[in-house]
Amino acid sequence: MRNTRRVKNKNGIANLYLVLVFVVLYAPIFYLMYYSFNSGGTMHKFEGFTLDYYREVVADTRLMIIVINTLVIALLSSAIATVIAVIGALAIHHVRSRRAKNTLLSLNNVLIVSPDVIIGASFLILFTIVGIKLGFTSVLLSHVAFSIPIAVIMILPHLQEMSPTLTDAARDLGATRRDVLTKVILPIIKPGIFSGFFMALTYSLDDFAVTFFVTGNGYSTLSVEIYSRARQGVSLSINALSTLIFLFTILLVIGYYYLNQRKSRPPMQIAEPVAEAGVPR
Amino acid sequence: MNSKGKSYYLIPYYLWIALFVIAPVLLVVYYSLFDLDGKLTLDNYVNFFTPVYMRMMLNSFWYAFLITLFSLLVAYPAAYLLTRTKHKQLWLLLIILPTWINLLLKTYAFIGIFGTFGPVNNFLDLLGLGEQQILFTGFSFVFVSVYIFIPFMILPIFSALEEMNLSLVDAARDLGASGWTTFRRVVFPLTISGVRSGCMAVFIPALSLFMITRLIAGNRVITLGTAIEQHFLVTQDWGMGSTVAVFLIAIMALFMILTGGSRKGVRG
Repeated sequence: MRNTRRVKNKNGIANLYLVLVFVVLYAPIFYLMYYSFNSGGTMHKFEGFTLDYYREVVADTRLMIIVINTLVIALLSSAIATVIAVIGALAIHHVRSRRAKNTLLSLNNVLIVSPDVIIGASFLILFTIVGIKLGFTSVLLSHVAFSIPIAVIMILPHLQEMSPTLTDAARDLGATRRDVLTKVILPIIKPGIFSGFFMALTYSLDDFAVTFFVTGNGYSTLSVEIYSRARQGVSLSINALSTLIFLFTILLVIGYYYLNQRKSRPPMQIAEPVAEAGVPR
Repeated sequence: MNSKGKSYYLIPYYLWIALFVIAPVLLVVYYSLFDLDGKLTLDNYVNFFTPVYMRMMLNSFWYAFLITLFSLLVAYPAAYLLTRTKHKQLWLLLIILPTWINLLLKTYAFIGIFGTFGPVNNFLDLLGLGEQQILFTGFSFVFVSVYIFIPFMILPIFSALEEMNLSLVDAARDLGASGWTTFRRVVFPLTISGVRSGCMAVFIPALSLFMITRLIAGNRVITLGTAIEQHFLVTQDWGMGSTVAVFLIAIMALFMILTGGSRKGVRG
């Protein structure tokens, strides 16, 4: 009797702790959303409900251009990065020697573990030396560059799980290299390619530090814009914007979750490198 | 696909490695050898060992250490409790979800929360402690950073705990070990790999964050990251910025060798 009560009590504390962690994790996000409706114009005294800030966001053409810039960069860079990543995964997969494979893998992971200030600063030097004007091109190239390694990591396990007999059989049956690639390998690693693309997309949408270094004047993405606005202090249009971004993110996540569920794989497998993957950029 | 000479399709990937992985590092090292006037010199390295930079480096390390420590202290129990819940995957997804929201927006939220009239100060007022200056202090920097990093600490620890064989815990208990002893002698050692990758995922970015220091700590806290950003984008002293970057890269490499000795490659 006493024993069971003790266990229950312990569970209570445990649950309380978890609830607390969740509350702290979500509080700032809901705090932002709540005040986006505040007619008072501050983040501390709620005076009345208004949709003014949403109207302001939608009417702000400069901001809309920035949103479009961000989306264009994200979609384009992840598409290019995914293509190169498929090639990279094939390259790593086909290397026979263990040492060469490890070297390639380490080189692949350099950009995942590097701090973003360093990526940003070194890319800035690179673009300046090569003579690429800062703006759309430099941002696009950087996003492609830092998205490739994560996409490789998402694709590689699928290649490694693939039975080598499949490609051998295809070859024996007279398939050309091209056929083997397009009819056997690519369909098998398709889930990896999709998650690679998705990760690249979230990477690109989220990136601040690297972009901050390589945007010149006149070109901006959302996170850079948010940073410069936030430095000027509280403005509730940022709150409205963040609410919209939050809703968009949730839609993305649900979409991704649904895609993952449909396949018979266990949902949201989190591998070690992926845990590091989303670290603030 | 062992026929040689036909692997030209691999070129884009190798080109990426050469241009965006190897070249940038070399360029940073190269630039660290020049001063503001473009003269070849070792002055930057000499400068780095002056008290100003040394203090900054110690400062940076101290904060990164605190951030890592507090993240670990919060995340380990949370990860442990998460493995005990029903619908683990759903809860885990809910832990990950905030990481998909732009870091700057979350940081911006804290400007309101910690502000002079924000809820935290209201609460302190209620307790009779009066209003405190929370924003623009070391405390707010550590708090917000820990907040940002917690999910990245929970994830690897969670997966390490999931991989652990539970019968070992049962065996320890059967053999008379107390809960604490079981944790200290069995559970923790078995999940040390998760703790290690969690610490790595937090410590290195914590050394180089600059947006949180700018927005929340109001330039009170200067980290290596802030210094690099300052030199590159404000004072335009790329040489000195590169020197700081070289040291950050060296520290990072050292840290990875020290902690990551047993790190396996990417899943198999």
